[in-house]
Amino acid sequence: MSRTTIICIGCPKGCRMKVESERGEIKKISGFSCPVGKEHARKEFENPTRILPTTVRVKGGELPLVPVKTAAPIPKKLLLPAMREIARIEVEAPVYTGQVIRKNFLETGVDLVATRDVKRETSDRARITA
Amino acid sequence: MVMRFNYDLVVIGGGPAGLAAALEAENSGIENILLLERDKYLGGILQQCIHNGFGLEYFKEELTGPEYAGRFIERLKGSKIKVKTGTMVIKISKNKEVLALNREEGLLTIRAKAIVLAMGCRERTREAILIPGDRPAGIFTAGTAQRYVNIEGYMPGREVVILGSGDIGLIMARRMTLEGADVKAVLEIMSYSSGLVRNKVQCLDDFDIPLKLRHTITSINGKKRVESVIVSQVDDRLRPIPGTEEEIKCDTVLLSVGLIPENELTREIGIDLDGVTGGPVVNEVRETQVEGVFTCGNVLQVHDLVDFVTEEGEIAGRAVSKYLKGEREWRDQPVRLEPGKNVRYIVPHRIDYRDKDRKRIKLFMRVKEPGKDVKIKLRDGTGKVLLAYKREIVTPGEMVTVFLPEALIDENMSRIKISIEKEGR
Repeated sequence: MSRTTIICIGCPKGCRMKVESERGEIKKISGFSCPVGKEHARKEFENPTRILPTTVRVKGGELPLVPVKTAAPIPKKLLLPAMREIARIEVEAPVYTGQVIRKNFLETGVDLVATRDVKRETSDRARITA
Repeated sequence: MVMRFNYDLVVIGGGPAGLAAALEAENSGIENILLLERDKYLGGILQQCIHNGFGLEYFKEELTGPEYAGRFIERLKGSKIKVKTGTMVIKISKNKEVLALNREEGLLTIRAKAIVLAMGCRERTREAILIPGDRPAGIFTAGTAQRYVNIEGYMPGREVVILGSGDIGLIMARRMTLEGADVKAVLEIMSYSSGLVRNKVQCLDDFDIPLKLRHTITSINGKKRVESVIVSQVDDRLRPIPGTEEEIKCDTVLLSVGLIPENELTREIGIDLDGVTGGPVVNEVRETQVEGVFTCGNVLQVHDLVDFVTEEGEIAGRAVSKYLKGEREWRDQPVRLEPGKNVRYIVPHRIDYRDKDRKRIKLFMRVKEPGKDVKIKLRDGTGKVLLAYKREIVTPGEMVTVFLPEALIDENMSRIKISIEKEGR
């Protein structure tokens, strides 16, 4: 029997929940105070996932980067490998919100999409300055 | 040559508060609206908050900062609202004349019938909290680092210590880690994190970044660049405890030590500020003591959810319309909302109008201390409890909201005191 502690993110209470398991199978969940917590504990134990928001380099854009995200949560353990993959990507401006940057990113079935419009650079003045 | 303009409404600031106020004012029938933004782009701080978690309340879906801003910027394109970006307001007079400047038009004087102040806030710096030590390169506010990383494409450093566990500090701990930096620790002087639970779990725990509560930086060391920080534990009165010093090697220090509403323009108009919020004193429609000058968003009170900023912008936007159309009915006397036990502040500060159409007024407040199983009690001038709300948990990091039903506001009432008390029998 092994025990894992999971802190609920459903509300400010932040319940510390315990998942008791045997060979990866949940035997008991305790410490939650509502159904949201119990479900969160189950998901976090079985397959923790996260949306990954980051940036991708843009060529010829009014901004050097465009913010992107995975359109749905991906397995938590893929976050760092995904970052290494994204570091290699460069897209050509213009880029539009919702535009698919990589389809079926890392075979997750989830697309990597842009979250902002970046127009083509028209002049030096258009480029953002610090 | 000074260019002159006339508008019914001038909104200062194109972040979420200003965008919501301008759009809602137009929605309520105001036509001649000008929105001024000093940055090159609309959206304010949302544009650098590329993480998700925005919009759960307002749109009932989870968006990133740029997506949230984008929704309003899209709506703006379909409106008649005039926008000037790259435009800095330098003075506002009591008679609602706005002095601004930009590269294309030079100096502008804009006469407004109503003004919405939506300038947002800025970060407290090292100077504001007086950290001793050297003055090397490598010390940034977390928000500045966020702009470098997310918009401009620079990495501020490789080995990072973050002071302050507010949401921006937590978000930047994850962001720097994802971009390959080693975040050594997040330090929090209080005994609790002031950020959202979600951020503590997903930004620190996910990456095994230690959160050291009751700790602060007592010295920054380094000649040209930060080389290390000295970290000390603090006592109950937040004083460093001698003998607890620990050196952490790092090349970068990020500060997430609070936000200050940016009210220089407000102060120059002669509007009183609340010493606790740092924002103007307002009535229930977010109107300052100068009639026709409204305010909303982080310039009024530092919010933790942008959804509430939007809501507040919309309150101000609708109020502008009522003001310009002369559809307001003053109460004989205002109802003052007074913070009682464990309430740090309440916005709005007072209720000035009668409004038979509204059913309830939403009150925003922050607590001083975390509490469990508490009752939020609203009492009238005689001490009679008008209403009580139960809350399982309250923390300083999350704004508390309650509703005051219109039906409870008596014509002779002059004050309501709100206190948060431990639930007794």
